Amino acid sequence: MRNLLIFISKYNAFFLFIIFEVTALVVFVNYNNFQKATFISSSNEAIGNVYSKVDQLTDYLKLGIINDSLARENANLRNQLKSSFYVDSSVVKTVNDTINKQQYTYISARVINNSFNRRNNYLTINRGSNAGITKGMGVISSSGVVGIVTFTGPNLATVQSLLHENTRISAMLADSNNVGSLIWDNNLDPTKGMLINFMKQVKINVGTPVVTSGFSLFPEGTMLGHISKLDAKDSNNGTQIEVNLSVNFSNLQYVYVVTNKLAQEQERLEAQEKQ
Amino acid sequence: MSRTILFNVLRFIVVVFIQVFLLKNISLYHIVTPYFYILFILLLPFDIPNFLLYVLAFALGITIDAFYDTPGLHAASCVFLAYVRIVFISITVQKEGFDNEPEPTLGIMGFRWFFLYALILTFLHHFFLLNLESFHLSEILFTLTRVFFSTLFTVLLLLISGLMFFKKKVR
Repeated sequence: MRNLLIFISKYNAFFLFIIFEVTALVVFVNYNNFQKATFISSSNEAIGNVYSKVDQLTDYLKLGIINDSLARENANLRNQLKSSFYVDSSVVKTVNDTINKQQYTYISARVINNSFNRRNNYLTINRGSNAGITKGMGVISSSGVVGIVTFTGPNLATVQSLLHENTRISAMLADSNNVGSLIWDNNLDPTKGMLINFMKQVKINVGTPVVTSGFSLFPEGTMLGHISKLDAKDSNNGTQIEVNLSVNFSNLQYVYVVTNKLAQEQERLEAQEKQ
Repeated sequence: MSRTILFNVLRFIVVVFIQVFLLKNISLYHIVTPYFYILFILLLPFDIPNFLLYVLAFALGITIDAFYDTPGLHAASCVFLAYVRIVFISITVQKEGFDNEPEPTLGIMGFRWFFLYALILTFLHHFFLLNLESFHLSEILFTLTRVFFSTLFTVLLLLISGLMFFKKKVR
């Protein structure tokens, strides 16, 4: 027993190393598998506060870019206004729409922390469970899909970016409605994605827009990007296709969290089906 | 003694601040990402007890993790770095004469020793960190490229910071 204690104290550096390393790795592995350790992340109030303070300071440097993107979006919305269409008939009818009900609602939020140059990237937004945000909701910006909400605090939420190895979004070609999945490439380029699990017989052209399919969390037809390269490298049984992502992750400012009003119903039905 | 504690607390805050608000935004060609915050662990005094060294390394790692949204990743790398530091110092520095050499800085230990110290420790830290982060053997070549170039950049930053606070002392 005495010899054992002497042995341990002589090599205490190594034994302490084992203890601390195992502690750190347990935290690391737990977080990856079960996503439990929400308290050590930027949706934590204290860390979030520091980020939003610094964000306020750096905000002024980006005003030009923000103005541009807002102006572009305004122009887009203006195009959809009733007043921008020429009315062809002189008879005015009032239609009480009972067929179309709103399925998706949008909550606007500001990005207060963002990363795009690591293997797995996350964003922090300044809306949380108080604004009705829950885990698993989709996040889009004016130019396309951004990511999926993973953790929520009362006032902040963490979003798993599209630039993450576990993010997989059901996608389709805008012209032919062929369905596949969009993942992030493993060469860490924040402007490129990969389209996988496509049928071989489908004819694909460079420049075709890629949008979300109806199977995803996002409204059908939300922009993902354009096909940039047809690398017919055979991986298992599908072709790999490179996609230029439409969202510029390096200057994300304002995003919208998408709430699907039918999501609960869909989940309940699909759970029944599995039984 | 209290002077050393004050200096190290200040260094902790400054290093975290630089890493999180400046270097976190830097990435050259998606390959080079500097992790300058390890300076804090490198410059802790020679006579620090092993247990305290591990606690400080773990605390620094968890602090960085909180800002990076990666619980445990940097903590594990920093604890590994602390172990490498203990081994490296026990091999290259004599046990006697710690009174004259309180801290392993550039000015006290000389350029050759400090450069080797920074290079080896930075390389092992980055190797551990980036491999743990990607966690795919299929990406090993790309990860090694990232390790190599990131190490060069971090060591450059460490040397610059060493020269900025250069104080020549007779050994």
